[in-house]
Amino acid sequence: MSTRPSVIRQTIVTPIILIVALLIMAALTYQFGSRAFNRTAVEMFINIMVVVGLYVFVGNSGLLSFGHISFMCLGAYMTAWLAIPPVMKSITLKGLPAWLLHTQLPMWVATPISGLFAAIFALIIGRVIMRLSGIAASIATFGLLGVVNNVYSNWDSVTGGQGSIVGIPPTMNVWIGWLGATAAIVIAYLYSISRSGLALRATRDEAVAASASGINIVRERLIAFVVSAFIIGLAGALYAHFLSIVNPGAFYLRTTFVTLSMLVVGGMYSLSGAVSGVVVMSVLIELFRNLEKGISLGGHTIALPNGAQEIAIGAITIVMLMYLPTGLSRNREFSWRGWPLQRPLARPVQTALKELN
Amino acid sequence: MTDVLQIVFDALSLGSLYALGALGIALIFGVMRLVNFAHGDFIAFCVFAMLWPSIDAAAIVFAGRLPFYLLIPLLLLIGAVLSILSEIVVFRRFRNTNPATMMIASFALGFVIRHLLLMLYSSRPKSITLWPSLGLPVEFLGAHIPMLQVVTIMITLVVLVVLVLFLKRTRYGLEMRAAAENFTMARMLGVRANGVILLAFAISGMLAAAIGLILATNSGTADIGMGANVMLIAFIATVIGGLGSIPGAVAAGFLIGAASVVFQATLPHDARVFRDAFVYGAVIVVLLVRPQGLFAPKSAKQRV
Repeated sequence: MSTRPSVIRQTIVTPIILIVALLIMAALTYQFGSRAFNRTAVEMFINIMVVVGLYVFVGNSGLLSFGHISFMCLGAYMTAWLAIPPVMKSITLKGLPAWLLHTQLPMWVATPISGLFAAIFALIIGRVIMRLSGIAASIATFGLLGVVNNVYSNWDSVTGGQGSIVGIPPTMNVWIGWLGATAAIVIAYLYSISRSGLALRATRDEAVAASASGINIVRERLIAFVVSAFIIGLAGALYAHFLSIVNPGAFYLRTTFVTLSMLVVGGMYSLSGAVSGVVVMSVLIELFRNLEKGISLGGHTIALPNGAQEIAIGAITIVMLMYLPTGLSRNREFSWRGWPLQRPLARPVQTALKELN
Repeated sequence: MTDVLQIVFDALSLGSLYALGALGIALIFGVMRLVNFAHGDFIAFCVFAMLWPSIDAAAIVFAGRLPFYLLIPLLLLIGAVLSILSEIVVFRRFRNTNPATMMIASFALGFVIRHLLLMLYSSRPKSITLWPSLGLPVEFLGAHIPMLQVVTIMITLVVLVVLVLFLKRTRYGLEMRAAAENFTMARMLGVRANGVILLAFAISGMLAAAIGLILATNSGTADIGMGANVMLIAFIATVIGGLGSIPGAVAAGFLIGAASVVFQATLPHDARVFRDAFVYGAVIVVLLVRPQGLFAPKSAKQRV
């Protein structure tokens, strides 16, 4: 009957390409990389999870969120509560309820629970925030980040306050990192080809027409918000296992900015963009980190001053936005036919509504 | 009674600070729909401009030694120039992009400025003493009010009056209000876009410098993150006040200042550290009731 191939057949190539490419990176790192390089690679995989999670919400809904890093915070602290040995917890985190104080779960159990915790939190707070739109929604997510950071940095008996909680078993390696990134990509892919993903993209491109066609904007946004919170919660959990310490300062403005700029550099509206943005920015960050340490050129060591790395990230983001506002991927997805790819996303029509905002 | 008076003055002076910040953001938002996340870093930059760049612990006060009648204009000039430069170098290229792109661009600019300061001055807070006599309390109806609070409130009132006169009585003010109302229409009627936008940026930069001066005098330290907190609240004030509404931004600034002080005074002791969480929570509640802000201008209504 219908000669058109199914949606999955048309688009399944994208996640496969991404996952295989990351697998190759993981294998090369595992085989040839130094210890330090392995850690950089793990960090990159965690960032991929965060940025893919951000893409699920920002890319599909078109709303900018500054609050997603708070889900990373929730996931990381949940993991800390679940995975630190009870002996250590009873000294540093006296305020935890007794049942939590006496449990210690392995990573495979603690991580999904952390993700679920973040998702449930997102479900509750999202019911409130998702009713807003445009700039008000972005600022409200900023408020969310502020609330979570304020609570986690001051609730001393449960979160250890401004200081760090130590003692999470450091059980991360490149393979687990790759697995996490793969899970994130698969979830994001499944969401974006789902009915809800399609509906949400319709609201992004033409809100009025979409709601006239019977799409419940608030509901679709909420679904995306929860899915992305789950992915980022997982990322937070793995991050806690990776560093084996957590502190609230790690989940605030700097991380928010770095992950957002990775998303922007790659291309906000495509999964391939999210992943490639992280890879490219990670390479650049590593490069500048090495330049800050100094390179020897003919007997002289030339080093950039500390802070050059951050300035470079900021400057690259600005230049990228100026000259390639759709990112490296041009908001298209990777596939076999052509590079980077054939079907361009139709540009949303400029409406009176968009002009006003 | 004296306690209440004390709280009123605390609320007014904190509110003044937020109102000045919100004003700086609302002016720019009005003319080019840009939510300027770099504003907080403009504030920090102006404070650090009083010091000579060095990464030593001891601060070398440079411009800060000047007598006030030179220092204040100098800092205002620095703020204005920084702000105008950022418009020319960065924001000018984002005129016709969507607000999300502009937000990220301004976030990136703030990030660059902040790390430039870190590179030049290191992350240690530095002490800077400006006009210590302003810290002395004055007696007012039985309450001891720090002189600085009175000065802050006075400065804010003066700034507001001058700004209102400027906006209502001068040609440039009229152009700016027209641009905030409907930029395209204003351009068609002969308002020069570049002029109005540059002017808005200059005023916003000067407001940032004023906040920087007040903060530095108040805390006696120069800290990289000092602008960030004011900026966050100021944003929230502009949104609550109704984006694009200048009086709304000022009113909401005072409102949030009052809310913080009241929370600080009335919350039980254990909950006091979570004051900011309460403030942000209150903001989300206000947005739910009135997503378009408390004092939304008529032009902000979405039309299809």
